[in-house]
Parts: sequence; C-alpha cells; structure tokens
Amino acid sequence: MSLQLDFPAVLERWPSFLAGAALTLELAAFATVLGALFGTLAAVGRGTHNALIAGACKVYVETIRNTPLLVQIFLVYFGLASLGLKFSAFTVAVAALTINVGAYTAEIMRAGFEAIPRGQIEAAEGLALSRLQIYWHIILLPAIEKVYPALTSQFVLLMLASSVCSQISAEELTAVANYIQSDTYRAFETYIIVAVLYVILSLVMRAGFWGLGLVLFPRRRRLGTPL
Amino acid sequence: MADPTWRQPDMQQNAPSSEPIVSLRNVQKSFGPLRVLDGVSFAVERGEVLALIGRSGSGKSTALRCIDRFEKVDAGEIVVCGHRVDRPDVNLRALRQDVGIVFQSYNLFPHLTIEQNITLAPCAVKGLSGSQAKDLAQKVLAQVGLEEKLHAYPEQLSGGQQQRAAIARSLAMQPKVMLFDEVTSALDPELTGEVLKVIEQLAADGMTMVMVTHEMGFAKGIADRIVFMHRGKVHETGAASILTSPTTPELTQFVGTGNLKS
Repeated sequence: MSLQLDFPAVLERWPSFLAGAALTLELAAFATVLGALFGTLAAVGRGTHNALIAGACKVYVETIRNTPLLVQIFLVYFGLASLGLKFSAFTVAVAALTINVGAYTAEIMRAGFEAIPRGQIEAAEGLALSRLQIYWHIILLPAIEKVYPALTSQFVLLMLASSVCSQISAEELTAVANYIQSDTYRAFETYIIVAVLYVILSLVMRAGFWGLGLVLFPRRRRLGTPL
Repeated sequence: MADPTWRQPDMQQNAPSSEPIVSLRNVQKSFGPLRVLDGVSFAVERGEVLALIGRSGSGKSTALRCIDRFEKVDAGEIVVCGHRVDRPDVNLRALRQDVGIVFQSYNLFPHLTIEQNITLAPCAVKGLSGSQAKDLAQKVLAQVGLEEKLHAYPEQLSGGQQQRAAIARSLAMQPKVMLFDEVTSALDPELTGEVLKVIEQLAADGMTMVMVTHEMGFAKGIADRIVFMHRGKVHETGAASILTSPTTPELTQFVGTGNLKS
C-alpha cells in the first residue's frame, strides 16, 4: 500500500481556496453578530412575564435545537423559494445560520442572566433604574462575561457547521473544495488543505474573541479574576 | 460635615413638617400561609432615626422592604414622601428616587468601578452629565471616607469599605429617606464600627433613616425611636430608653439575651 500525495496539483488553485475561506469567515461573522443579537432577545423574551412571548421563544429554541442544521437550511431555502422570494445563496445561508445559532445563544445567555444575583437587580431597582436600563447596565455584560467561553465556542462551532451551506451552493470553503476535488481527482489532498484552513479560521476567530473580551471586560483585564 | 451635598434644600429647614416622611398604617402581609406583618403601624418624621428591632422572623426586614415596595402589602396603607406605596399604580421610579436603600449584602455592581457604581443612577435616572456625576461621586465618597477608592473595583475592597461605598451610591441619588437593612450583619466587629460611624454622621446631618439592626448598643445611641417587632406586630415602641427599661416581657427577654452591649 502506498500513499502518493500531490499537493502542488491542488495548491495551484489557491485563489479559490482563499475565496472560499473568506466567504466562510464572512458567513460566520454575519451569523455571529445577528445570531448574538437575535439569541439575546430570545433569552430576554423567555424570561418575560408575558406568557405568549415566553412561549414563542421557548418553541423557537426547542425546535431549532432538536432539528439538524442541514434540514433548517433547506427549509429556509425552499421555503423562501416556494413563497416566490428570490434571495442569493449567501443571504439564505446567513439567515439559516442566524436562526440556528440564535437558539443556542438564547440558551447560553439565559444561563448567564440567571447567574446574576437577585440582589444586583434589587439594588438597581432601588436606584430607580428602569427595566431596560437594568438589562443594559447591570445584567447584560456580567451575564456575557459569565458565559463568554461557552458563547464563543458556539460561534466557532457555527463557523465549522457552515460547511453544510455547500449544499445550497453557497461558495464557501467546503463548496470550493468539492469543485476542486472533482476537477483534480485529488480528494484527499484537497480536504487536508481544507481541514488546515478551517483550523486557521478557528484560531482567527478565537483570537478575535479574546481581543473582544479585553474590550468588553475591563475589570477582568485589570484584575484577572472571574466575575 | 463640610459639604453635605446630598441634602435636599428643604431638609435644611428645621421646621417640622405636618406629614411624616414614612407612615405605615395597619399593614398586613403574608407569604403563603405565613402572616409576616399583622397590622403594623408606625411613622417616621423628617430628620428622625427609627430603629426596627426584633428576633429573626419577627417581620422587621419585610416591613422595611415594604417601604420601598420590594414587597407588596396585602392590606393597609403606606405613604412615603407623598407616594401611596400600597396602591398598584404607585410610580415606582419616582418613589425610589426619594428613598435610598442599603442591603446587608452590599450589592455593589461587580463589573463597575466604585465611581461607575455611584455615577450610573444619577446619569441614567436624573440625567446628570458625566462631569457633574464625577464631582458628585467624589463628594459622596469623601462623606464615607473612601475618596482613594474611586477607581477600584468592589472586589478590591473590604466588606466594610464595600458597605460604605454602597451607602455613598445611595447618597448620590440625594434621597429624602434612607433605609438600612441589617447593613452590618455580614461584617466583623471592627468593620461594623466603620460603617456605623458613617451612619452616625448621616444621622447627625439630619438624614431621615429607618434601620433594621441587631446592634442594640448602636440603636440605643443613635435612634430617636425604637420599634420592637414581635410575631408580625409592633410589640413595643418608644424612645431609645425602652431598651434599658422595657415594659413588655418579650422586649425584656430580647434585650436581656446579651443583645445590649455597652
């Protein structure tokens, strides 16, 4: 048994690999930002006293967490198409990934909200802050800080999971790899390179989140202690 | 006190107002089947210091929390600075601008510096500018002797310092009445002393205060009036002298169990 690897034959397609990697990162960036907002709102919604809103948020979270991402992507893709709405594959991919990661974000953020001691909120109420002000100034950042590792892991997972968007021909990294390996008949080399590129993208994202953490949590930057 | 900036202008008049700042009339409150407040009535005049004492479970903390509507009453009337606190339509944010509350567990915001803890509400609620609020933070911190901790985070402070910072945070809202809920119960005797000193100074400056306390010596020294609660009722009330010559057997037993130091 001999293994012959011919990387040059595959690596000459590097501009395509780079374009694919860039699109993957772009997909992940959009879905992370939108999903973080969407998921946080869903977490707030689940905690409200309005049973209708809380119920709707719960149904959303549980539906998404109990169905495969690929099925969700097809539902958005074919669902929009059957309504006669035409969007680019990229837009559909961002929408589906946002809906998906939003549900996981909601659960993680809910854990963060629940970790805020009741006394903090009473103190804020005692100072006459409004509900919105309490969420914004007292709850949000400490909640994010408490769940930051779980939250950022979820966003890195999202980036990796975006590979299934190749199924609706969004031209991200895995889709590019599929074209290249069918052109070159060098599947193993192609996917080795793709794997390395995903590792690099993960490291880039983790570095980004580390830097963002320094900006968001000045107390931790200065004292280094957990909240 | 060189600069009592937290005072309301009208607090500096010594003329007694006809309306008490806080009044409870026949207040009832149950948690499930447990009747915690069973017809509690008392009033606090402007500039007066009232100490709520009693055993654990006697309802004193609940009574205090009803004043700032952290608990809703089942029946009875509570009027605080003109706000009908017992009514469902009470303007909570207006009420809480008039009432400052300090808790046993300090409840400073851990992710904010002491300065940010203090300036947050004056900026967000009263619309002070950043520089006005910073000046205010320095003044109230000077009042509690913590000027040098402006840029520290709560966890860098001792318990006594955190409690003094929490008092400063309340003072920055310039309340008309301050509520203290067992504010020294989490502190050792030495740290208790530094917090009590701050409260004494506030009393000397004429701040209206209601305090739940287990520090009988302190209550005796500072309070204009003592309310002894027992089984959800005001069992005995009067000047601080009731602590040394109680009339009911319950208060006699309560102060006789070693509670009254000094």
